[in-house]
Amino acid sequence: MNRRIRVRLWLNNLLKTAFMLSALFALGVLTVLLVQIVSQSVGWLDWPFLTGKLSIQPERAGILGAIVGTLGMMIVAAPVTLVLGVCTAIYLEEYARDGKIKSFIQTNIANLAGVPSVIFGLLGLTVFARMFQLGASILAGGLTMSLLVLPIVVVSSQEALRSVPQYLREASYGMGATKWQTIRRVVLPASVPGMLTGFILALSRAIGETAPLVVLGIPVLLLPIPDSFMDTFTALPVQIYYWTLDAVLTPEYANLAAAAIVVLLVVLFALNSAAIWIRNKFRKRY
Amino acid sequence: MDNRVGARELIRQNMAKKTGRLDKAMPVVLFLAASVSVLTTIGIVLTLVFDAAMFFRRVPWHEFFGSTELAPLGPEPKFGMLPLLNGTIMTSLIAMVVAVPIGLTAAIYLSEYASDRTRAYVKPVMEVLAGIPTIVYGFFAYSYVTPLLSHLIPSLGAKNALSPGIVMGIMIIPMVASLSEDAMNAVPRSMREGALALGSTKLEMTWKVVIPAALSGIIASFVLAVSRAIGETMIVTIAGGSSKQFTFDVTQSMQTMTAYIVEFTSGDAGSGTVGYYSLYAVGLTLFVFTLLMNMLAQRISKKFRERY
Repeated sequence: MNRRIRVRLWLNNLLKTAFMLSALFALGVLTVLLVQIVSQSVGWLDWPFLTGKLSIQPERAGILGAIVGTLGMMIVAAPVTLVLGVCTAIYLEEYARDGKIKSFIQTNIANLAGVPSVIFGLLGLTVFARMFQLGASILAGGLTMSLLVLPIVVVSSQEALRSVPQYLREASYGMGATKWQTIRRVVLPASVPGMLTGFILALSRAIGETAPLVVLGIPVLLLPIPDSFMDTFTALPVQIYYWTLDAVLTPEYANLAAAAIVVLLVVLFALNSAAIWIRNKFRKRY
Repeated sequence: MDNRVGARELIRQNMAKKTGRLDKAMPVVLFLAASVSVLTTIGIVLTLVFDAAMFFRRVPWHEFFGSTELAPLGPEPKFGMLPLLNGTIMTSLIAMVVAVPIGLTAAIYLSEYASDRTRAYVKPVMEVLAGIPTIVYGFFAYSYVTPLLSHLIPSLGAKNALSPGIVMGIMIIPMVASLSEDAMNAVPRSMREGALALGSTKLEMTWKVVIPAALSGIIASFVLAVSRAIGETMIVTIAGGSSKQFTFDVTQSMQTMTAYIVEFTSGDAGSGTVGYYSLYAVGLTLFVFTLLMNMLAQRISKKFRERY
């Protein structure tokens, strides 16, 4: 065989291996990360940890308050972002005519998706915490989060609506239904799986976000478990953050942080699996 | 006369019912919902601009944008933002050095070489990597990567720019990989087959045909990744520290624009002080930066979509 061809083929095979290693690099890093964190949490992740309140002593600290806080925030954020997101998507896909208004709103949403989360924190601080006088409450945190993940819901809902075939709508009109009746009774039900998947992904993003909450003013202090939506609170990712910072002085805090991370990852894993399951189960072929 | 009603009659009956009124109201309601997103953007811009203006009333432009001294809480407060800009650029640069080669080559593998079975394993892993909250990456950077690196580089500070930079790079690998892969998948098969038919190896086909054809999509993915790295907060806050020294030494602590905002709000600067307003000035700079990058990425990828 020609020597030049041999060199080219050899180069091809060499780089093929290199490319494969790159792709597997991600797998390697993920494994290392998980092993490292889980190993640091062994012995610290137990039932008292999940149900206990915060404490300065590492052995007695628990994340019940953080779980309640995160949950409360989701109770606020979930309906707000779902309603706003789905309504926006329906408007853009079904009602808006192709023109300046539609592309303006679309561009807006695309830009919002790229804004760093700290900026949302500043927005929440100025508008919700100070202007609306909500303070660093569950309500303020939930509203800030719902705005942060709104683009995710809008985009995925738009895709879900787009995937409903046109003939379904046309059949409905042919039967005498009005536009809103068509949307409400034909298009929306058909697009629910896609919207649900997007909604779950948005929630899992909101659960893990830390920066907006810290900027909003979630305090470091030990807090009683929040009673109402106007109470100040702590959330799981924020707790992880403060424990990590304090781990310099008290090394056991690193273990607490690791244990809390495991909890967070388990929750996210459950959510994402649910989303994937929904996506696979309801995938209709038209 | 039989009971069947014609379509016209059905429509007339339907329109006569009360529920027809919803049809007039819904578009308005939905439009109001859609305008919330516009209001949010307006809210962000107004918040940043107004409070930054309060800042610039007390601190001159040239000090903020030109001075390398930052000491907001010192006896003589100084507000030069160049150390923050430097920190942001340094960490993002390191992140790109990690993410671009690995992400692009992983994308090449997935798009050109990998079997369907391998792809079915690797793509979910990438998605998981992309879905991990940044606080987890921050913890990982501080508790694992920094000690690991300090074995290799003895002079490494406990807080430095190298560790968060590398971990940020790892975090954005999935972004670069999936967007570049999409760009490469859009290249028509005919071009690939033409190259192979003329006798090129797969490597040559990829390097000389596919990548140039997908180049604008690939570059758009790089720009988006940089924008993500610039806006990243928790990793650099935890592992990067809060030193406001203007230095190019990546083994030392550096603070980014995002970390500055977090540091100041969690330290609770009293509202109304110059320090408080400096937050918004930094925030405005950050916002403008990321906005420009995102618009640039959209422009570049539009150019790409027109080709085919």
